[in-house]
Amino acid sequence: MKEFQYCFFLPQLFPSVNFVVFGQFLIRGESFMVSAITVNHLNVSYHGNDAIQNVSFSVSPGKLVGIIGPNGAGKSTLLKALLELIPRDTGEILMEGKDISEVRKRIAYVPQRSNIDWDFPITVIDTVLLGTYPNLGIFKRPKKKEKALANNCLEKVGMGEFANRQIGELSGGQQQRVFMARALAQQADIFFLDEPFVGIDVSSEKTIVTILKELRDSGKTVLVVHHDLSKANDYFDELILLNKELIGVGEVEKVFRSEILAKAYNTQFPFFKEIEVQL
Amino acid sequence: MSFIDAVFQYEFLQKALLTSTMVGILCGVIGCFIILRGMALMGDAISHAVLPGVAISYALGVNFFLGAVLTGVLTAIGIGFVSQNSRIKNDISIGIMFTAAFALGIVLITLMKSSTDLYHILFGNVLAVRPSDMWITLGIGLFVLSTIYLFYKELLITSFDSTMSAAYGLPIKWIHYFLMTLLTMVTVASLQTVGIVLVVAMLITPAATAYLLTERLWIMLYLSAGFGVISSVIGLYFSFTYNLSSGATIVLVSTFLFLVTFSFSPKHGLLWRTLKSKRKKKELANQPKIMLKEN
Repeated sequence: MKEFQYCFFLPQLFPSVNFVVFGQFLIRGESFMVSAITVNHLNVSYHGNDAIQNVSFSVSPGKLVGIIGPNGAGKSTLLKALLELIPRDTGEILMEGKDISEVRKRIAYVPQRSNIDWDFPITVIDTVLLGTYPNLGIFKRPKKKEKALANNCLEKVGMGEFANRQIGELSGGQQQRVFMARALAQQADIFFLDEPFVGIDVSSEKTIVTILKELRDSGKTVLVVHHDLSKANDYFDELILLNKELIGVGEVEKVFRSEILAKAYNTQFPFFKEIEVQL
Repeated sequence: MSFIDAVFQYEFLQKALLTSTMVGILCGVIGCFIILRGMALMGDAISHAVLPGVAISYALGVNFFLGAVLTGVLTAIGIGFVSQNSRIKNDISIGIMFTAAFALGIVLITLMKSSTDLYHILFGNVLAVRPSDMWITLGIGLFVLSTIYLFYKELLITSFDSTMSAAYGLPIKWIHYFLMTLLTMVTVASLQTVGIVLVVAMLITPAATAYLLTERLWIMLYLSAGFGVISSVIGLYFSFTYNLSSGATIVLVSTFLFLVTFSFSPKHGLLWRTLKSKRKKKELANQPKIMLKEN
């Protein structure tokens, strides 16, 4: 069924390609897939200062991808540029082969914890319920169905008993799990997480990683901005290594090598040689 | 004659009561969103910025509502423009733009009209509410409340997590300016009751009082509206009985409610917080001894 859907919009994407070719793709069935995210020659700047320079990559669906790089490498900027939350200077971004405006509601975004007002008068369950908003029409309120979904998602991250707490009363790890539940409640196909493991406890980190891997296994695409090199090779299938420019992209085994990592990090860490030994 | 007898007897007092109740509800509800978005200063700015609009409307002989909304929204846009296009931060930008608008308004009004009008606009005179003013207030009230009811979901999520809202496609900039428009309308509705200078108190104080009492936005909205109404009615009583400026008495009542809540709120009040931390210190003071014995 999926192959048929792809063949419907493919002609619009590559109008110059001969139709016979599509027949072959159809016959080969699963070997062909539209990439989840395609970025071509992306440039982003803040007031004339380069933040991202000529970055191109593509991510296949069903991959768990880490965006890593040193501080100020433009990781969060890349995530925001992908969502068109900040304007880009040049370049093309396609999600599932389409313009982002067509797929926005199927992208779940988990912001950095520091961007949230934790004193806001909202309970844990109502925070998760926000995840159902993108799929509710205008003027529509969440009903029983949405509330059941939110409860389910909250149980999944092991926070069911905290449903009626105010979000500021939770620990950092619990807060992050609640936001993970909110992303789940959006029932999205693409997940963007900005530094989800900063300042959280080990068991929360484990819970979130497990969920991300489950999402990946069910065919969702997950992008995670991650600053900590130590676990990058355990957590992710693919890496996007960034330091304003794209340093490396691809499967973890190919990118997570000291000589490639050094290219991204050694300008910031003169002592990188020592870390390299450990790697 | 008691206040209640007077209410039944005098039509002007009935109008004043109705208008100030509506203003209490309106300011209370819109104020919640203002303080949760960290825009308390913006409320102050917009309320002052309607003054030149009111003056221009008088001069042109049109309803002052039109001019007020126009200059209010223009000032909001100006504030945003300056802070987004320079290193000037938002609070500085607010300080520059609203004082400029307010000063312009004072000049225009003194040029055109007697200073008594200026006094009433600045400080309000609810006992002189005309029927047309009352209907404007009611009309604005119905419009603002039904808009907030309809867009509650969007207002909630953009106030709490604007990045997620933008990520899923909500036009957060337009929602901001839309809220500014509603704020301007509420200010206009409050002109007669509390006046331009003190309307910011009605926007912030009841909402802040409610903020100390609940962890749910919709309860906060109701509580805040309730505090707004209580302040308006009791303030009106004092204003009528002792012949005081209605704006001032209403604001003082709402401040009193805030101070009581600030001291005694069950969860966030000063008293309970102090008691709780004292109890904790006592607990901790007892614990180390036991641990030492175990060692």
